[in-house]
Amino acid sequence: MKKELWKGNEAIAEAAIRAGCDCFFGYPITPQNEIPEYMALRMPQEGRVFVQSESEVAAINMVYGAAASGKRAMTSSSSPGVSLKQEGISYLAATNLPAVIVNVMRGGPGLGSIQPSQADYYQATRGGGNGDYRTVVLAPCNIQEAVDLTQEAFDLADAYRTPVVLLADGMIGQMMEPIVWRDIPKRECPPKDWAASGRNGRDKNVFLTSLLIEAADCEAHNLELEKKYRAIAEKEARWQERETEDCEILIVAYGTPSRIAMSAVEQLREKGIKAGLFRPITLWPFPEQALRQLAQQERVKSVLTVEMSLGQMVDDVRLAVNGAKPVYFEGRSGGSIPTVKEIVDAAERAWKGGL
Amino acid sequence: MTTVYRKTKGLQDTPLHYCPGCSHGIVHKLVGEVMEELGIIDTTIAVCPVGCAVFAGNYFACDTIEAAHGRAPAVATGIKRTHPDQPVFTYQGDGDLASIGAAEIVHAAMRGEKFTTIFINNAIYGMTGGQMAPTTLIGQRATTAPLGRTKDLHGEPIRMAEMLSTMGGLVYAERVCVADVPNIIKAKKAIKKAFEKQMNNEGFTFVEVLCACPTNWGMTTLDANRWVKEEMAAYYPLGVIKEV
Repeated sequence: MKKELWKGNEAIAEAAIRAGCDCFFGYPITPQNEIPEYMALRMPQEGRVFVQSESEVAAINMVYGAAASGKRAMTSSSSPGVSLKQEGISYLAATNLPAVIVNVMRGGPGLGSIQPSQADYYQATRGGGNGDYRTVVLAPCNIQEAVDLTQEAFDLADAYRTPVVLLADGMIGQMMEPIVWRDIPKRECPPKDWAASGRNGRDKNVFLTSLLIEAADCEAHNLELEKKYRAIAEKEARWQERETEDCEILIVAYGTPSRIAMSAVEQLREKGIKAGLFRPITLWPFPEQALRQLAQQERVKSVLTVEMSLGQMVDDVRLAVNGAKPVYFEGRSGGSIPTVKEIVDAAERAWKGGL
Repeated sequence: MTTVYRKTKGLQDTPLHYCPGCSHGIVHKLVGEVMEELGIIDTTIAVCPVGCAVFAGNYFACDTIEAAHGRAPAVATGIKRTHPDQPVFTYQGDGDLASIGAAEIVHAAMRGEKFTTIFINNAIYGMTGGQMAPTTLIGQRATTAPLGRTKDLHGEPIRMAEMLSTMGGLVYAERVCVADVPNIIKAKKAIKKAFEKQMNNEGFTFVEVLCACPTNWGMTTLDANRWVKEEMAAYYPLGVIKEV
């Protein structure tokens, strides 16, 4: 297949179009501006909808309206903007509505920086809005994977009627890489007979609401959501392992740092330290069992988590490892990127600590 | 036997939860009748607010989506842009529309979104128990303005129909009330005209309805409706504010 050179943000936008995204609603914020810019030109060419909203709050609520009336809807933003979308994401989750939300993460908290970061891990995986809910979180580590996961995100959202977050860091959004446009196997998605798209002869109207004013009703609804989340957790966890067959030190990283960590794995092996990489692709559901089984192997001495944050995914790594091995952390924050040397040094310390 | 009156098919056969004397029931009925007369119950998609009308999907016969507080115009934008041939309306109170959702309604009007907004202005927050709204009149008491609203502390009440009429995308704004029969008839005409203009793809249409909230105003229904006509209409003039 022919390779093409694409910038991450534009590739994500094009992938969404190819996945049948009916409408895109967005607001400018660096470093994701190429997504709405690309959509502004391409969506009308395809006879589809693009609206530049007045705010991220409005954008996610436009997504809510389009999703509730049965359309494939998408928005994108970067960290401070995604904070503003949390109310809408909570409503989407509560109302069982499918949607795709792209977060091209930058440094925070507050206005932060415009450089790549992974400090929105907690927000994305814990449900950044109010209430008992989860969102599926997909974390690409290169542009090919960003493209593939964008297409998959729409199917996942429709299959489970739930919002899906594509969590990319600013590096993925801004860099260019060669990709191929390959067909992603399509999922069987149920018909949207639940949508409020007009009664059209139906006996009764559809009323989509997240208000369940009686506690017992709200709890019953939440238990239904929980059932769905459990099904997702059982079936949809994804990860990649590299050089883990004989590894004694296990590095856990996702997104851009996973690629730097892979260079560190190679250098460590040249030094005679058997390092391996475990890369979660879904951050929620976190590939907990796979990581636990790996960490429990006797040859694995210790685990090192590397992030572009001051330590967020490391909580999930600790929960998965569950005390079986010491878990160490190495990270950079605010838009800074860990170097190969920093990871190698940290891995050596972790290796010694774990021996 | 002749049928002289029957409930509109635009409403479901559900008992309303609204307080005695509340105007919501009348406005719901008018919207339902307009949908029935225009033959659009089957195609219309409604967006209801957070506030007293949060359960409106249990009453309107058309498909209904409940929006987050103030976001109905954004939700309606997402619906209408992807369903351009179907009527869409939002039904919002004054806290929802004029306070927390001020940005969304202004920008929907600016873009000339081709849906209709029914704006219920009763000068108070009803659902939460009588707090001050942006539309609360000077001197009017509210639980968060216990001595009455003052210009100095709270500013002057906002006239949404006039403000939105400065936007090119708004093609029709009328302020009505439902405090007596002649006004109810006018209100229905305004709602119908708004829907017709929407269906002609003319632009954004807005009907502000001055409504009574006897419960939170601490008035009888009669006094409350008198207060709408005398006090509210003095500050919020009735009639067509803009028509293109």
